[in-house]
Amino acid sequence: MSEREQIKKSTPQRREAEIEQSPSNTEQGEELKAELTDLLDEIDEVLESNAEDFVKSYIQKGGQ
Amino acid sequence: MTVPKICGIETEYGIIHNGVEDSNPVVASSLLINSYLVEMARSGEGGPAVGVSWDFEDEMPGNDIRGITPLDSLAPEVETHLVNSVLTNGSRYYVDHAHPELSTPECSNALDVTLYDKAAELILIRSMEAAANVLPPEQELVVYKNNSDGKGNSYGCHENYLMSRDTPFAQIVTHTTAHLVTRQIFTGSGKVGSEAPAMSTGDVPFQITQRADFFEEEVGLETTLRRPIINTRDEPHADALRYRRLHVITGDANMSEIATFLKVGSTAIVLAMIEDDVLPREHRFASPVQAMRQVSYDVSLTQPLELADGTTATALEIQWDLLDQARKYANSHGLDSVGGEIAETVIERWEQVLTLLESEPMSLADQLDWIAKYQLLQGLSQRHGLSPTDARLRTLDIQYHDLRPHKSVAARVGLQTLLTTEQAKVAIANPPSDTRAYFRGQCLKRWSSNIVSANWDSLVFDLGEDCLRRMPLADPNQGAASHVDDLLAGCESATELLQRFSKSN
Repeated sequence: MSEREQIKKSTPQRREAEIEQSPSNTEQGEELKAELTDLLDEIDEVLESNAEDFVKSYIQKGGQ
Repeated sequence: MTVPKICGIETEYGIIHNGVEDSNPVVASSLLINSYLVEMARSGEGGPAVGVSWDFEDEMPGNDIRGITPLDSLAPEVETHLVNSVLTNGSRYYVDHAHPELSTPECSNALDVTLYDKAAELILIRSMEAAANVLPPEQELVVYKNNSDGKGNSYGCHENYLMSRDTPFAQIVTHTTAHLVTRQIFTGSGKVGSEAPAMSTGDVPFQITQRADFFEEEVGLETTLRRPIINTRDEPHADALRYRRLHVITGDANMSEIATFLKVGSTAIVLAMIEDDVLPREHRFASPVQAMRQVSYDVSLTQPLELADGTTATALEIQWDLLDQARKYANSHGLDSVGGEIAETVIERWEQVLTLLESEPMSLADQLDWIAKYQLLQGLSQRHGLSPTDARLRTLDIQYHDLRPHKSVAARVGLQTLLTTEQAKVAIANPPSDTRAYFRGQCLKRWSSNIVSANWDSLVFDLGEDCLRRMPLADPNQGAASHVDDLLAGCESATELLQRFSKSN
């Protein structure tokens, strides 16, 4: 779509900035992975322990 | 011509009463809200307008914007016997259809709506704590900010936008449908499985929105059955000759502030463009209802949607077109009607989000609910080798929306914020300053003992005379601090206010 091309052309600065950052991408990737592992550890702790029962008992009346 | 896009959000929350057999959601919701009202009155922190009830005088949910009410349409019932309170920030907090519901005050821009939506979360959290103080220790009320129980029961998060009565309704329908169907790619809160007829988790392991499964019509009056993409409820809560209120029922309740901000901000701009008649191209779907689900089921964001003219477009392509039109509109007409500088930041964010949805969608896990949830579900599945139907995945889905701070999953995923908790705390008791909600809120703060009831477009005063006095607030744009602060400052009492008011009218 032509409109889409125009939008992208109007933001060349941002695109270049992204490319310049690329050498650190793998490092960032590792960091993100570590963050997700920590987050999943936390989720495992906080998640309702009896999942089957919890899901079964989560019943709502229909609303709007 | 466009009118200022005064807007707000009303959210029905899921509620569970733990520790009782045969719990009743209406009782639980009433208990939740009453506990809050009592506790806030006791603590003196402000928030509820004590002793002021909601006034149903102008509630007409059966009015149809199309001017006729089809005989087979079921107009929503107005439940007057349940808890119904007014807050000094201009909100309404009440029981609706077996759910606690909070309607934000009228706001002039998307950031204020986001602020009052966040304040609403704090109010619900405080309500759970207040209920815990009155319930036996083995019982607990738990509130979820989601839109479905995964068993085919849905409850809404509705948006409202002030529109000009002059705009032909047919013009609103086509363009708004295009936006409501395609904006799902950033407004969705994500859901495990499908609740559409004849669909299962096997067919749809995960979808972008909570609500898409529940839309069966293109245009209609219902909100609880056969839900339409465009709702025709014609209840402007304002001068009906000048205004309509577009009641948008397709949206998900968002935990992410960015998602709420973009949802309301982009929609307000699209509606202003419709009113100013600047949209050159119609994206008319061959089947809007089917398109709604197709977009929600397509996490790859690449599926072409069939258009009525025989061509196709993806949701992203239609969003890029709307964004491009919004940029042009900002240049040609300005954005004063949709929040000025705040609308400019809406357009910037809108572009950033579309760019990332196209290039690296998973990098939006700290901005969009469906992506945050999707990433967690994938992570949990891989870690424990779960099948798509494992109950732990549904548990994670539901618990993402748990408002209890010690249980909320959304609170743990590092979502970006636009506002501080301090700002939201102030908003619990104080109205926005630039709509009629300001006048309502200030009157409730100062003279609640003289106010019998309130609603969106009036206040009813009891000045100890033979009859009650109704003060109309017919225009949502009037009553801002800049208009009424001098008047309010000069009045010692409600009696004085009404005397001055009747002199000037």
